[in-house]
Amino acid sequence: MAEQAPLAVFTGSPLLYVLIPLLPFLGFLINGLLNRRLSGTVAGGISSLAVLGSFLLSLMHFVQFTGTPYTVHLFDWISVGSLHIPFDYQIDQLSLIMLLLVTGVGFLIHVYSIGYMHHDENVGKFFAFLNLFVFSMLLLVMGANYVILFIGWEGVGLCSYLLIGFWNKHTAFNNAAKKAFIINRIGDLGFLLGIFLIYQTFDSVQYGEVFQKAAAGQFGPYTVAIVTVITLLLFVGAMGKSAQLPLYTWLPDAMAGPTPVSALIHAATMVTAGIYMVLRSNILYTLSPDTLNVVAWIGGLTALFAATIGLAQNDIKKVLAYSTVSQLGYMFLALGVMGYTSSLFHVLTHAFFKALMFLGAGSVIHAMSNEQDIRNMGGLRKALPITFLTFLIGCLAIAGIPPFSGFFSKDEILTHAFEHNKILYGIGLLTAFLTAFYMFRLLFLTFFGEFRGTEEQKHHLHESPATMTLPLIVLAILAAVGGFMNAPLVLGKGYLADFLAPLFAYSKQTNPEAFGAEIDHATEYMLIGLSVAAGVLGIVFAYVQYVSRRVRPADDASQRGFLENLVYHKYYVDELYNTLFVKPSMFLSRGLHDFVEKRVVDAGVNGVGRGVFGGSKLLGSLQTGRVETYLLLMVIGIVVVLALNFMKF
Amino acid sequence: MLTALLLIWPVAAALLLHFVRGSAARALAFGASLVELVLAIYAAFQFQTDYSLPHFELDYAWLASAGIHFHIGMDGLSLLLVLLTAFLVPLILLASFRHEYENPSVFYALVLFMQSGLIGVFVALDAFVFYFFWEVALIPIYFLAGVWGGERRVQVTLKFFIYTVVGSLLMLAGFVYLYYMTGATGAARSSDLSAFYNLNLSTEEQSWVFLLIFAAFAIKMPLFPLHSWQPDTYAEAPAPATMLLSGIMLKMGIYGTLRWLMPVVPLGVSRWVGLIMVLAVIGVIYGALIAIRQRDMKRLIAFSSLSHVGLMIAGMFSLTAVGLQGTVIQMLAHGVNVVGMFFIADIIERRTGTRQIPELGGLTRATPLLSVTFLVILLGTVALPLTNGFVGEFLLLMGVYQFNPWLGAVAGLTIVFGAVYLLRMFQRVMLGPDSSFSAVIRDLTGAELAVLVPLVVMVFWIGLFPGTFMHISEPAVNKLLVLINR
Amino acid sequence: MESTIPEVIRTVPLQHYVFFAAALFSIGVLGVLTRRNAIIIFMCVELMLNAVNVLLAAFSAYRADPNGQVFVFFIMAVAAAEVAVGLGIIVMIYRNIQNTDVNLLDRLKW
Repeated sequence: MAEQAPLAVFTGSPLLYVLIPLLPFLGFLINGLLNRRLSGTVAGGISSLAVLGSFLLSLMHFVQFTGTPYTVHLFDWISVGSLHIPFDYQIDQLSLIMLLLVTGVGFLIHVYSIGYMHHDENVGKFFAFLNLFVFSMLLLVMGANYVILFIGWEGVGLCSYLLIGFWNKHTAFNNAAKKAFIINRIGDLGFLLGIFLIYQTFDSVQYGEVFQKAAAGQFGPYTVAIVTVITLLLFVGAMGKSAQLPLYTWLPDAMAGPTPVSALIHAATMVTAGIYMVLRSNILYTLSPDTLNVVAWIGGLTALFAATIGLAQNDIKKVLAYSTVSQLGYMFLALGVMGYTSSLFHVLTHAFFKALMFLGAGSVIHAMSNEQDIRNMGGLRKALPITFLTFLIGCLAIAGIPPFSGFFSKDEILTHAFEHNKILYGIGLLTAFLTAFYMFRLLFLTFFGEFRGTEEQKHHLHESPATMTLPLIVLAILAAVGGFMNAPLVLGKGYLADFLAPLFAYSKQTNPEAFGAEIDHATEYMLIGLSVAAGVLGIVFAYVQYVSRRVRPADDASQRGFLENLVYHKYYVDELYNTLFVKPSMFLSRGLHDFVEKRVVDAGVNGVGRGVFGGSKLLGSLQTGRVETYLLLMVIGIVVVLALNFMKF
Repeated sequence: MLTALLLIWPVAAALLLHFVRGSAARALAFGASLVELVLAIYAAFQFQTDYSLPHFELDYAWLASAGIHFHIGMDGLSLLLVLLTAFLVPLILLASFRHEYENPSVFYALVLFMQSGLIGVFVALDAFVFYFFWEVALIPIYFLAGVWGGERRVQVTLKFFIYTVVGSLLMLAGFVYLYYMTGATGAARSSDLSAFYNLNLSTEEQSWVFLLIFAAFAIKMPLFPLHSWQPDTYAEAPAPATMLLSGIMLKMGIYGTLRWLMPVVPLGVSRWVGLIMVLAVIGVIYGALIAIRQRDMKRLIAFSSLSHVGLMIAGMFSLTAVGLQGTVIQMLAHGVNVVGMFFIADIIERRTGTRQIPELGGLTRATPLLSVTFLVILLGTVALPLTNGFVGEFLLLMGVYQFNPWLGAVAGLTIVFGAVYLLRMFQRVMLGPDSSFSAVIRDLTGAELAVLVPLVVMVFWIGLFPGTFMHISEPAVNKLLVLINR
Repeated sequence: MESTIPEVIRTVPLQHYVFFAAALFSIGVLGVLTRRNAIIIFMCVELMLNAVNVLLAAFSAYRADPNGQVFVFFIMAVAAAEVAVGLGIIVMIYRNIQNTDVNLLDRLKW
């Protein structure tokens, strides 16, 4: 296997590959340039068609794919000395699946947006940004080297910035957008340094070469220990983009953007870029058990941490946001315990059910005239039957109730965790319970009980138009049956695992035993039972609390116990960061300017000037204007000169 | 000869300007700068394949008995900077059309003189010719800023002038020493670049000469902590002068270091490289941190420029192919971006009467074109991939990283802080709740678009196909690297 | 060389001239430094010039070299011209400030 040739190069015309990202880009250009001259429906239609075109092309490549990865060369981008960064695409199992996911879910969300953004005055701009996002995301997953990946990586960050701050009249939204961009940039710095180190170690940034050399143990001037540094640096990037501890705080704030954006960018696709990147580099991560440990623990802790915050949130989108952070933590947990396939599996199922739930939430918000607080909702299932049903499917899926998709992927992750580390398994199980609880809390508070909003809102309640409900239905079907892509180990390996297996060939070759001995069926049934039990238990608790006992979340101002208060205020992490990083930076900025710049640097320069001035004044004072003084000085001068002369100086 | 023509043409046009008055002056100046651009592009197409050799050389025995020749010529590196100058000057002139300056013929003549001086610096192949043009470029800017500047112009310009001249004189001293040393072995003295490259000085000598010459370059670039003339001058000078200063003039320092310092005294460089790297990286962080809280747009851009130049210096002194190529490409990118940024700041100031960020806000709704161009140039400055800033910063950071990973990591903070201060400015100026200006502000006019569209095109051109330019400079840079590592 | 110098001259030794000239010069210097009246200062300057003249003439005679005496004539001519200009200036000053005290003339500075 080590002699496997570097990836085959596609020799035909690259047009059909170029078009995949190019179509959304054209959509971006058309919508961007004709901004206000197109009606909302036309603008939405153009961009949806562009994404649909990419989806169909991706599907075509997927069908034609023979199982041998290959690269498509477009042009040489940067080339300096031995550093060559070509603009290449790589087509393999991973990129194809991600392509289908991004364009498929992306298309549905585009269609949904036509209805959702109907009333907005800047709808053309919205679709332009959305298309730009799809373009960047496609570059991200298609790139054949780390730098192209980085292009997409930053590109999606930019789109996220633009779309979070889409309603730019509100300072809070703009701040959220800026925060997202900046925190992502912190991660990007780690990523960038990782790329530099990769180049120094492997003398290339192309996936094919890097992975081949890594598997063959050629670490340039370094030993295998360098891989730990590389992977940790890359993981910092993933922490930023995929909202893991400690860089997760931007994601809940990012809910300021329009809801389809939250669904597409902040649930289904962009935030999974970190997972994509780790999967892509799986051989490097496999070579470094230490990093894997870090990844697993950070993932597990994030999952639990975000889930506890989710318990006490009252904003429908914030709950979903924390749930996303939590589920992303799950995926990293899976990566950390080397359940690579199950992680990607969860990426897919999560994309289905979380996009579904966000769009459902959008439908609710749409019906409630932009109300997002679940304390003011309730009993909506009669007014919004389709939204309710699809949302229910989403909740069942995320709670891990069989046979919905989330059950399969979550169970697989928990099984892997169980094999590796019982504590992490415990954390995962607890998170599963909490997830079921807060998701059904959300469901019950929103759709059950009495309506608690204003009369006006009640009057306005309506089911959303077909452009919005159709995507919901499609996503609901996917969320319901998507799990069968990769049925659990008991029933033999699933389709997905077989399909993806070549991707992990290097990893398997370097560390075969880590891919897990088969565990016996009894244990496996027990694990399935436990995870289902956790989900069911969570639902039951939520039902008792919010349906039977009709508990309503307290108002913002009401008194809370210590723990409850801590959770309600999200552990004060934002405040902590503010005190630790933002304020000192601001202080430093002012201090440097007012003190160092003015009093030291500039004062130094001005000091030289003043010194010259002072010196000239000092010497100038000898020029009294009195002839006597001049003469006296002259005589003294002559005497001195003569004296020196006589003394033979 | 073409090089000489490139030098003489702006001067001739400037002299012609003396005979016209009023708006005809700016039309003539603009036309002349366009002709210069055509000449520069023609030169680029006339280039033979070997970009490492000087083309279109002119070697006139100026002070023949002293071995001082009027020797000029262009290799790939010079060509790129000449192109940058020829590209930016018409845009800067066009940008200044919206202002009514007193004595327009003098104003525009000075700009053209300055162009000639700048091009002279980039094509000089003799130390004294280089020094001559170095000063020639300085004098017009002194008058531009001192006569047409803001309220504190006299004080600020004087400070800038004295600061720079002190540096220049130290450089002259260094050149004179080198000039004398060329005769040390009994050969005839010469101030030619090639004679300097053949010098064989001791480490001690080289390190002193390095300090003397680098003083001039470091002040011009500027390297922390020699930058304190910069924010004031940028803020006080009239917009075209600021653009000339930041867009082209500070590249003189970097170019000088590449051409006249590193290959001449490589041992001196290696003696001081550690200190300079640290200072440059401090400058990166220092400029960025201070920029965060600036209230004046022009001062903010000035500090951001300090930060970006710091990175260029650090990349250059990493003495790697990646770092040097990154410096070259970033010189072009920075030229484009900083001119665009200052122009936009100027547009906003003209429209609203203020540059104070807290007084602005919510401009975007009435000005879609301004918002888009502003955003594109801003993204180029924050080094977003596929824009021009990324290629440069990527290579520069890689160079610094190869020099020392820790310095690379610290310098890398620029991508975080850059996002902080630039997005902060964008948000407070363009976004947010409506301010008193958001209803009345006009979007870009045709003439303004004519300036900004070429800049935006360059942002993407350099970002997408940096090869066009790197291919031109690579042989020249490789040749310099060989000399540096000799 | 000694023989060519007339006896008359040799009756006064050369040192006497030197001491006399030194005394005259010192008086001149002291006068310039201590007096404030421009005219007296001017006269003291003349004194110094003439002290030098005496020296020149004396050495010229003792060495039988006429160059020195020629030089004296030059000095006298220059001094005369200088007196004319200098006195003119002093007169102008007196007309302006009704005084010739040099301490009042302290505007001669940067």
